[in-house]
Amino acid sequence: MNDKNKEPLFHIVKRAALPWYQSMGIRAAAIVLALLLCAVVTTITTGINPLQVYQSIFAGAFGSTRKIWITLQNTSILLLIALALTPAFKMRFWNIGGEGQVLIGGLAAAACMICLGGRLPNALVMLCMVITSIAVGVIWGFIPAFFKAKWNTNETLSTLMMNYIATQLVAFFTIVWEVPKGSGKIGIINQDSNVGWLPQLFGSKYLLSILVAVAITVFMYIYLRYSKQGYEICVVGESENTAKYVGIKVEKVIIRTMALSGGICGLVGLLLVGSINHTITTTIAGGQGFTAVLVSWMSKFNPVTMIFSSALIVFMDRGASEISTNFGLNHSYSDILTGIILFFIIGCEFFITYQIRFRRKAEKEGQ
Amino acid sequence: METKTAAVSIRNVTKTFGSVVANDKVNLDIYKGEILSLLGENGSGKTTLMNMLSGIYFPDQGQIFINGKEEVIKSPKDALKLGIGMVHQHFKLIDVLSATENIILGLPGKLNIKEASRTIEDICTKYGFEVNTRQKIYEMSVSQKQTVEIVKVLYRGADILILDEPTAVLTPQETETLFKLLRKMRDDGKAIVIITHKMHEVESLSDRVAVLRDGRYIDSKDTKDTNVEEMTNMMVGHAVTLNIARPDPVDPKPRIEVQGLTVRSEEGVLKLQDVSFTANSGEILGIAGISGSGQKELLEAIAGLQVIESGTINYVEDDGAKELLVGKDPLKIAEMGVSLSFVPEDRLGMGLVGNMDLTDNMMLRSFRSGHTPFTNRKPSKQLAEDVVQNLDVVTPGITTPVRRLSGGNVQKVLVGREIASAPTVLLTAYAVRGLDINSSYTIYDLINEQKKKGVAVIFVGEDLDVMVELCDRILVLCGGQVSGIVDARKTDKNQVGMLMTRVGGTGENE
Repeated sequence: MNDKNKEPLFHIVKRAALPWYQSMGIRAAAIVLALLLCAVVTTITTGINPLQVYQSIFAGAFGSTRKIWITLQNTSILLLIALALTPAFKMRFWNIGGEGQVLIGGLAAAACMICLGGRLPNALVMLCMVITSIAVGVIWGFIPAFFKAKWNTNETLSTLMMNYIATQLVAFFTIVWEVPKGSGKIGIINQDSNVGWLPQLFGSKYLLSILVAVAITVFMYIYLRYSKQGYEICVVGESENTAKYVGIKVEKVIIRTMALSGGICGLVGLLLVGSINHTITTTIAGGQGFTAVLVSWMSKFNPVTMIFSSALIVFMDRGASEISTNFGLNHSYSDILTGIILFFIIGCEFFITYQIRFRRKAEKEGQ
Repeated sequence: METKTAAVSIRNVTKTFGSVVANDKVNLDIYKGEILSLLGENGSGKTTLMNMLSGIYFPDQGQIFINGKEEVIKSPKDALKLGIGMVHQHFKLIDVLSATENIILGLPGKLNIKEASRTIEDICTKYGFEVNTRQKIYEMSVSQKQTVEIVKVLYRGADILILDEPTAVLTPQETETLFKLLRKMRDDGKAIVIITHKMHEVESLSDRVAVLRDGRYIDSKDTKDTNVEEMTNMMVGHAVTLNIARPDPVDPKPRIEVQGLTVRSEEGVLKLQDVSFTANSGEILGIAGISGSGQKELLEAIAGLQVIESGTINYVEDDGAKELLVGKDPLKIAEMGVSLSFVPEDRLGMGLVGNMDLTDNMMLRSFRSGHTPFTNRKPSKQLAEDVVQNLDVVTPGITTPVRRLSGGNVQKVLVGREIASAPTVLLTAYAVRGLDINSSYTIYDLINEQKKKGVAVIFVGEDLDVMVELCDRILVLCGGQVSGIVDARKTDKNQVGMLMTRVGGTGENE
């Protein structure tokens, strides 16, 4: 009975909009806290000096010119997939099929390299690669969108299933095209002729993906913010009824947007096969189709913010490999650290929107 | 005053949401054996205050005394323990469960449907409710659902009842029944608070009125000592005139012709059956009916949003040329040069996008203009500024998402946009639902202005007192059929109320 008459210990109150420097301050504090917690966890579980670990993470990502280039390139790929998924998410279309769309785009590129190499001039092969990989990406996006638009099927399931189809197709063609026979993999395609290897810009094999990512970031930013189609996507996402009410053809927008989404993913597949790996495996996308979902959401669908979130994730991932070799730690260990950091970054959004009032404080204010 | 005992005393209660002060040091007493009307404009903090009593919000400051003892209400459970029950505007019932199951849902103890049903029946006999305890909620009419909600709070032992706009969805006859029940509960010593915007209900039902304005408590008066003018002045803060003008139609010509319109819902339920009428320019055609009698389908069919089974809808040009609207979507209708504006019932779900700001919402109708692939926000921004200024929209700015605005302001934004396109036909559904008296009159004025400009206005409404004053003709729908088209100048609300339940008898049985 006694504590019934007490106020609750704390209650949660919505904040007024914070000025940008305060909200950035909260985010910075969250990262600092995350690093502190990571340090404690590291010391307790491994006994290694956490500063050394941080140093080595940093070295892993930026330790040499080559490492910096690779970090930038990986960031570009992750960023590109996140950008591709974003218009779909803005439309409230849960496209978790980025993985499959990338894979199938890569498969199309590889198919062109293998089947057309030596039969057509190199430039023509590349042109075919570009067209086919984007086209199959579009198809992989179109199929779930079509079913969603016509019969309102659940896109989460259908895009996910399209991932498995893509993986199985790649597995199948790996056997068809395996070199040497029986090895179970394709190996580097056209290693001697370099047919279908996308050009190195300014003598750097990393630059192409980075430039494509920059271009698509700018494009997506403008497309979502200032184009009529971007506006339509936003209306459809917020309320299909409102969209119909103003005469927006919802089916058309869903299909068009998913085609765009799939097309960019197909382009990523092209970059992975044609510019970076020159081969195809079932794991070439490496789960980035799913990581990109996180990147897109964490950035609240803002293309510019996505640059930073994808950089952070790639940075942690690159650093992870480094600490796992340097300290004999498992690769999963860095996943734990990434998890802690992401938890704080996402969790701090709560404190940006709400504040917690404690009992004593409220009483003082009341007097 | 001496003979009354306060069931609830609210002292200096303050509640803020971010920078918005919803309640500012409010003091209010609620007495046993009394019906209190809580009045105030939209956004004056009525619902927030009641939500704090029923444990949904927690006050930032201040105290609440229940039966003279200070209490802390942390959750709806606490509120129920103290005997406070709230009937919300949107019913909180589970469709597939029966009345009894809904009533005992979430209560502790062993599940004993039979005994519960018996208790429920006892409560019903005591106050004269009519509830079939075994009926499923989805089979019930709106007023039956409301009865279940009321019985639910009584079953849980509430003796302080709060009803948030209980009559918004009821016919005049159902409203009368509800009032009888409320009076009976009052005589039984219960404290009753109702939130409503309909002044004649306040007068006929309540013993006392309390007024909130801008989150502050203004005053309370015995209903018999006050009148509508005074109450409205207290709510608004300055004198207002409460006359609905009805200018005579100028040169009415047929504008929209509907012939034999039949519509089925996706589930195959007949929503409109053989509806025929003509809406004239410069005239307000009212559409009355119990909610769900086909009003929504009718307007959406005209606006090109509803697939129809049979019948025709024609737009008649000034020179008498007819153009078929059936089978065309809103975009095609606009491309034909027909300027048709539609203020739908579900403002944030259909007319506007809640998360977008005012400018982007203004752009909904015009974003296609221009030949570039890019949108041009400038005219929309200008329109947003004009609407805010001309219609006195209360908003922090035109970059505020519309869902943050109060109901009346949301409606002003929507109506403002719709009439900005200089329509020849204006369809409105429940244009003043949930709006306070001041905002309502602003909307009536806007509609009358359109009428004077020669616009054919189709006005779906629910407040019959207003409809017989505002409209030129009233078409009454009952169960999807036209049960009559009456001259609003020669009718009264009882006649319209009777027509609402006549054809097919569906209105009475449901």
